[in-house]
Amino acid sequence: MTATEHPPAYKYVGTRPIRHDGYDKVIGKARFAADLNLPGQLHGAIHRSPHAHAKILSIDTSAAEAMPGVKVVVTGDDFPALDPKNPNFDLAANIIARGVAYYHGHAIAAVAANTKPEAQAAAAAIKVEYELLPAVLSIDESMADGAPLVNETNHTKFVPPGEPSNLSTITNLDRGDVDDALAAADVVIEREFDCAHVHQGYIEPHACVVDTGPDGKTSVWCSSQGHFRVRSMTADVLGWDKSRVKVTPAEIGGGFGGKTTVYLEPLAARLSEKAGKPVKMVMSREEVLRATGPAPEAKMKIKIGATNDGELTAIDGWMAYGVGAFGDMAGLIGAMSVASYKFPNLRMETYTALTNTPKSAAYRAPSAPHAAFAIESVVDEVALELGMDPIELRLKNAAVEGDLTAMGMPHPRVGLVECLEALKASDHYNSEVPEGAARGVAVGFWFNIGEESSATVNLNEDGTATVLTGSPDIGGSRASMALMAAERLGIDVYSITPVVADTEAVGFTDVTEGSRATFATGKAVVQACDMIIDELKKRAASIMSVDVDQVAWVDGAAVSAGHGGGEGGEPLTLAAITAQAKRTGGPLTATASLNAAGAGPSFAVHCADISVDEETGVVSVLRYTAVQDAGTAIHPSYVEGQFQGGSVQGIGWALNEEYIYNADGVMDNASFLDYRIPVASDLPLIETIIVEVPNPAHPYGVRGVGETGIVPPMATIANAINAATGVRMTSLPMSPPKLLSALNKRSK
Amino acid sequence: MSLGKEMSLKKMSRTHVNCTINGDEVDFLTTDATSLLDALRDEVGLTGAKEGCGTGDCGACSVLVDGRIQCSCLIFAPEAEGRHITTVEGMADGEHLHPLQQTFLEGAALQCGICTPGFLLAAKALLDENPAPTETEIRYGLAGNLCRCTGYDKIIRAVQEAAVQLKGA
Ligand code: FES
Ligand code: FES
Repeated sequence: MTATEHPPAYKYVGTRPIRHDGYDKVIGKARFAADLNLPGQLHGAIHRSPHAHAKILSIDTSAAEAMPGVKVVVTGDDFPALDPKNPNFDLAANIIARGVAYYHGHAIAAVAANTKPEAQAAAAAIKVEYELLPAVLSIDESMADGAPLVNETNHTKFVPPGEPSNLSTITNLDRGDVDDALAAADVVIEREFDCAHVHQGYIEPHACVVDTGPDGKTSVWCSSQGHFRVRSMTADVLGWDKSRVKVTPAEIGGGFGGKTTVYLEPLAARLSEKAGKPVKMVMSREEVLRATGPAPEAKMKIKIGATNDGELTAIDGWMAYGVGAFGDMAGLIGAMSVASYKFPNLRMETYTALTNTPKSAAYRAPSAPHAAFAIESVVDEVALELGMDPIELRLKNAAVEGDLTAMGMPHPRVGLVECLEALKASDHYNSEVPEGAARGVAVGFWFNIGEESSATVNLNEDGTATVLTGSPDIGGSRASMALMAAERLGIDVYSITPVVADTEAVGFTDVTEGSRATFATGKAVVQACDMIIDELKKRAASIMSVDVDQVAWVDGAAVSAGHGGGEGGEPLTLAAITAQAKRTGGPLTATASLNAAGAGPSFAVHCADISVDEETGVVSVLRYTAVQDAGTAIHPSYVEGQFQGGSVQGIGWALNEEYIYNADGVMDNASFLDYRIPVASDLPLIETIIVEVPNPAHPYGVRGVGETGIVPPMATIANAINAATGVRMTSLPMSPPKLLSALNKRSK
Repeated sequence: MSLGKEMSLKKMSRTHVNCTINGDEVDFLTTDATSLLDALRDEVGLTGAKEGCGTGDCGACSVLVDGRIQCSCLIFAPEAEGRHITTVEGMADGEHLHPLQQTFLEGAALQCGICTPGFLLAAKALLDENPAPTETEIRYGLAGNLCRCTGYDKIIRAVQEAAVQLKGA
C-alpha cells in the first residue's frame, strides 16, 4: 500500500513491471560468481589462524607444496607492505596476516591446486609456529586502563598521532546545556544497553574467479556491491595500478553492506599471477561467519529528560562500538545516526573500540540500529512514565526540515511526521491488540549517501535503448533504472535493456551502499537520457527542416509546431529518428557522470504485535507493519521488498542472532544451524506502507530505501515485550534464555 | 588449521552414475566423496542449485529426488544412481514457465535471487503434495529454505497465488 499517491504525471515510474533480469533468475540461468568457471582454472583454499591473537614466528609451506595437485602457495610475504597512510592499509592486513594474526580465522596463507579438495588438504598441511599474545575480546576489556593492544598499528583517527591505541575514533558532540536541562526535566530515564555481533547473513558466500595473464592484465569475476571498489582495493593490496585490473560483476546473492569490501580477490589474483592460470575461490559458510564482516557489537548508556507535557528536552548518550581488530568509524557513524528528535540539549560521546575479533563490515544503516535500539527504548519508557501514546510523544518531538541532527546538520525536507501519521492512520495501529499480545512501536533514521555514478544510454537502430550503469543489481535496481529511463525517453520499459557493465565498459561508479543506487545512479541515468533527448531533438529538427528550438520531446517523439507548415506535422518517434541516424550524424549515445549531492534521508516507523511464552521465553511476532518514506517509489514492489527484508533482518537481530565466542575468542556457532536467521515459519506477513515525501534533489523524488528498514525493529520488539511483560530488555538478542531469566527475576 | 572440509588425499576412484535429470537420461563420473550438488554443478553443468552452506541448513541446493525435496549438498553423488532428479532448470515446460516461476516474477518474490531455485522446488514439492495449503502450511513447508532478502512475505504470497492458478488449471 502507498500512503501518498504520485502526481498522476508518471507513466512508468511507480509501476510494477517484471524485472528485466527476472527470467534468468527463476530458470536457474543467472550466473552468480560461484557459477563461473574458466578453462584450466585452479581452486584456492585458505589456511586460517587458530588463535585470536598471535605472533607468527614461522610458516612452513613445504609439505603443502609437495602435495598432489598443488601449484602455488602464498603468504603475507607475497604481498607488499603498504604505507600506513594508504586508505587500504587495514584492508590489506585483514586479507592476509603479515607477522601477526589478529583474530581467529585471520588468513595466514593461501593455496591453489588442481581441485578444491587438493587445495583444502594442502591448506591444512601448512605449518605455522605462533607465539600467543593476549587476546582482547570485549569492549570493556578493550577500553580498560592498561588494556593490551589489539593491533599495534592502530592509532586514533582525527587526532594528532600518538601512541598506538585500542580506540579508532572518539567523538564528542555537544549542544545546549544538557546538565541544566536534565536537572530541570520532569522525567528523566536512564538505561544501559548492549548488542552482540551479528552477521549480514547473505545466502551467497563470497566467491571469485581471477585470471592474471602473462602481460599482467588481471580479469576478476566476482560477487560484490561495487566492482569499481573491488578494482581499487585489489590493485592497492597488490601494489598495482588500478588499470591493470578489470572487474566484471557476476550476479550477487545478497550483500547488505557485507560485500562492499574484498576478502578473496587479491589472494586469487596473486595465486593466479604466480601459477599462470585462472584461480577460483569460494568461501564456505563457516569461513563467511568466521572471517567476514559482522556488524559491530555495542554498549550504550542513554539518558533522556522530558517535560510533563512530553517535550524531550535533553539527551545524554555514551556509545561504544566494538569493530574487531582494525580501525573503523562505527562510533562516529553511530553519532551521525542520532537525528530523529529535536533535542534542544544534546551530549553524545561515542567510541570505536578494537577487539581481537573479525574486522567489522557495513550492515544496512551501519551503527544506526544499535543507537536506535537504545534511544527508542528510552523514549518508550518516557512515554510510559508520562502516560502518553508513543506515537503522540514522537510526533511532538519529531525532527522536521531545519532541525539539527546530532552532528549539527540541519535536516532537509524529511518525512518522519508523515510516517508517524501514516502509522497512526493504519489499519494495524487502529486494530485491537489481540488477546494475550502486546504492541510496540519505534522509529528509525538513515541519512543515505550520494557519491559518484556514471551512466551511458545507447539508442539502437530499432528504437530501443541500452542503459549501462556500474551499480550491481542486488534487489531490482535494473528495473528501477529502466523505469526512470522509460519515463524520461517516453518509450516502453521493455524497450530498455538495463545492463550492469564492467569496469572497462562504463564510467566510474561507487559501490552500492548507503542506499545510493536508485538515487545517484538513477540521477545519472536521467541526466544521460536528457542529453540524448537534446540530441534527438537536433536530429529531428534536421529531418523536419525546422529550427531545433521549435522541437519539443513529448511522449517518446519529437513534435514541432513549425513542421509541416504551421499546423504541426506528424510526431517523429524515437524509432523513426534512430532509423535515420546514419544520415543525420551517426549513432545516438550519451554518457552522464556526477557526484550526487542531496541524498534524502529516509525515516521509518515500525509497529509489532507480539506474544511472549512465559514458560520458554519465546517471543512470537503476530503482526508487523513497516512504514517508511521512499521519497518516490520507482518500483513499489522492490521498495516494499527492502522494507520487508530489513524488518526481518531486524527481527532476527532482536530475537535470535548473535556471535557466541568462547573464552579463546573462537566463534562457537559458525554455521547456519547455530547462527540461526529467521525462517518463514518464524514470521507473519510484513505489512508495508510506503510514504512518499519527494526528495527535491532527485528528478523523480527518490530517497534511498535500502537501509532504514533494519533500524527500528529491535526497539519495536523490545517495547512490545515491555508492554507484554513489564520487563525492559536491554541486551540483544532478546533470546529465549535471556528473556526467561529476566522474567524469572521480575517474579521474584 | 583449515576451516574448509577435510578431504582424503588419495586419488579417489571414480564411479559411473546413471540417472534421469529433468527428464533426460544422464550419466556422469564422480568420486564417492562428491556431493550431488557438486556433481550437478561441476560434472553435469547445471548451476541452478546453489551452495549457501554445504551443511543442510539453507536449502539453496534443494532439488527433487523422485519427487521429494532434498538438500543436494547432503546427498553423495553416487546415491543418484537410478533416481529421477529435478532441478530448477527442469521446472519450466519449454517456453512455458511453471506457475510458481511466473508468480515469483510477478510478485517480486526474489531480490538477489540466490535462494530462488531452492524455494521454487520446495514450493513445487509442497503444492504437489498439498494443492491448497494454508499460509501456515506454506510457512512450515518452506522453513528449510533461508532467504535473507525478502523477509519471505512476497514468497508466501507468490506460492498462494500459484496454488490458486494451479487449481484453476
Ligand atoms: S547448501 Fe545445501 S542446504 Fe545449504
Ligand atoms: S532473494 Fe536473496 S536470499 Fe532470497
